[in-house]
Amino acid sequence: MAEPAPKLNPTEDRLDTLTMPQNGWADAARKAALARVREMGLPGRRDEYWKFTRPDSLVQPTAPVAALFHNEEGPLFGDLDRLKIVFVDGVFDADQSDDLTLSGVRIDRLAESADIHWASDLYGALEGNGHYVPRPLAALNTAYATDGVLIHVTGKAEKPINFIYLHENETSDAILHHVIKLDPGAEVTLLETGPAAARFNKVMEVDVADGATFHHVRAQGRDHERRAATHIFTRLGAESVFKSFTLTVNGRLTRNECVIDITGDDAVAHVAGACVGDGDFHHDDTVFVTHDALRCESRQVFKKVLRNGAVGVFQGKILVKEGAQKTDGYQISQSLLLDDDSQFLAKPELEIYADDVACSHGSTSGAIDEDALFYLRSRGVPAEIATDLLTLAFLAEAVEEIEDEVLRDALVERLQGWLERHRG
Amino acid sequence: MLNIKDLHVQLEEEDKQILKGVDLTVEAGKVHAIMGPNGSGKSTLSYVLSGRDGYEVTSGEATLDDEDLLEMEPEERAAAGLFLAFQYPVEIPGVGNMTFLRTAVNAQRKARGEDEMSAADFLKVIRERAKALKIDADMLKRPVNVGFSGGEKKRNEIMQMAMLEPKMCILDETDSGLDVDAMKLVAEGVNALRNEGRGFLVITHYQRLLDHIKPDVVHIMADGKIVKTGGPELALEVENNGYADILAEVA
Repeated sequence: MAEPAPKLNPTEDRLDTLTMPQNGWADAARKAALARVREMGLPGRRDEYWKFTRPDSLVQPTAPVAALFHNEEGPLFGDLDRLKIVFVDGVFDADQSDDLTLSGVRIDRLAESADIHWASDLYGALEGNGHYVPRPLAALNTAYATDGVLIHVTGKAEKPINFIYLHENETSDAILHHVIKLDPGAEVTLLETGPAAARFNKVMEVDVADGATFHHVRAQGRDHERRAATHIFTRLGAESVFKSFTLTVNGRLTRNECVIDITGDDAVAHVAGACVGDGDFHHDDTVFVTHDALRCESRQVFKKVLRNGAVGVFQGKILVKEGAQKTDGYQISQSLLLDDDSQFLAKPELEIYADDVACSHGSTSGAIDEDALFYLRSRGVPAEIATDLLTLAFLAEAVEEIEDEVLRDALVERLQGWLERHRG
Repeated sequence: MLNIKDLHVQLEEEDKQILKGVDLTVEAGKVHAIMGPNGSGKSTLSYVLSGRDGYEVTSGEATLDDEDLLEMEPEERAAAGLFLAFQYPVEIPGVGNMTFLRTAVNAQRKARGEDEMSAADFLKVIRERAKALKIDADMLKRPVNVGFSGGEKKRNEIMQMAMLEPKMCILDETDSGLDVDAMKLVAEGVNALRNEGRGFLVITHYQRLLDHIKPDVVHIMADGKIVKTGGPELALEVENNGYADILAEVA
């Protein structure tokens, strides 16, 4: 008789490859997170929130090889006065980074900081509170993150902070964890740019106190073969503002989760994304907004352009708790399918326990409007340029969620260039 | 200028013949009008000439200054000098009217091997043309035709025509949905473009547009063919007696 096959345990196989950093103050949070990973198990295809996205390559012990992608474009937001914090394949690079000093902000490195009281209260706390839905990849991140920054915003940040993620190694497997705390009335804009690694697991916990404002604009680089699982966990205090926009072009697999807990009255949370995928491309936005306060507004606006067999996924939930009266919740997810091979899978959810709220949601998939295309062509606009114009127009509603005109124009310019190169 | 010979067209999706041998020549500097009852094939003719999908030319030909229109893509026809003012101008959310027109003007120039128009020159010209058609700055900035009234859409068509300066203009029921004042404005816009080198084909149900845009030749189309051709008086005859008499006469 043959030997019985060894029992497969993808979670332990993955954990075996990792070493938990020891840096004192975060140890308890890391151990608690590891216990959560073991309890939940890493995601499998049968998990409710992984039905549309195969988690295998995010879970397997080592990162699949991702070829580097070289392009002639300068850095995004290159002309903007910003504080640069550079990570190369998930490792902080002091030489390429600016001094971590900025008026209104205190910045420390996760890997080096001594016990910082506020951070030890937050690290893994918002992630661990990611109730309702298991998020084992985020818990894995909390347990094993090797680098990241702790940002304490005490006033109005003098200029935007830009995390720049460079990818220079074909097999890099990066785990970064950032914690950002905004004091009451504080304001900061965070930019994230670049592909980061062959495989990137990132968690960002953002605590937005009463009256504080957090703006986030992210572009996930253009490397065709990279994979990423990212999570944003945020808690919003009264009259606070959280606005996050993500642009994704290329990448073999991207799973962006955003978990928003609105705990203070009159807060505003907007999360938006635009993605353009061509060929072997799978992009998943999973959003969970919880309203647990009065008169709060949340918006989710996601647009995906898919061609040559690209796949887009949207899972978005609005949960309105009992007593969260006068909630204004809006959710839209739309895809533009440029051929018959591409697909869009959407699961919008509303769960409402208050009786005086306005919540709406919609999801559509469609092709290019042939009437509009003909109209443009009949005026002499070649079919390819007309298609680009209509594609940008389709993405506009999401892109317009970016409040800052300079940032928005920079992204639109990039997007135009990318569309031109992806024609046909 | 525009030469159509024995043009037969059917729908691609179904075996239905729409045009059954249209013969028509529009000379440079002339305005021809086509009138006819519903379903006679007038709009189909305009779509086939401009290159819309869904129609199959089974025989015949259509040329513009001896260039074969039917072989060209819609944008090539536009660059060759053909313009169709749509009966139902399309709304395009997210594409600014000005961006659209500048893209179109420069794409046509490029296709003809001409220099592109600078942003400043374009702005100067479009402001001038827009003013003549009472199109305000807000309409220029808004997405193409989105939220425009019926009259505003038709004025926008004429402004596009004025900007693109085509050789051959086809107006497909440009009068439909217009009140008298709007019709006058549109007609003035068209008349301002009339010159020796430019031909017009005006498709309409009613004679009243032709009070403002005086045609040189009037054709009556019925059941996919031109059944009668005459001077401006033919339009008046239709207005007074309807199509029944004419159709009975040619049957």
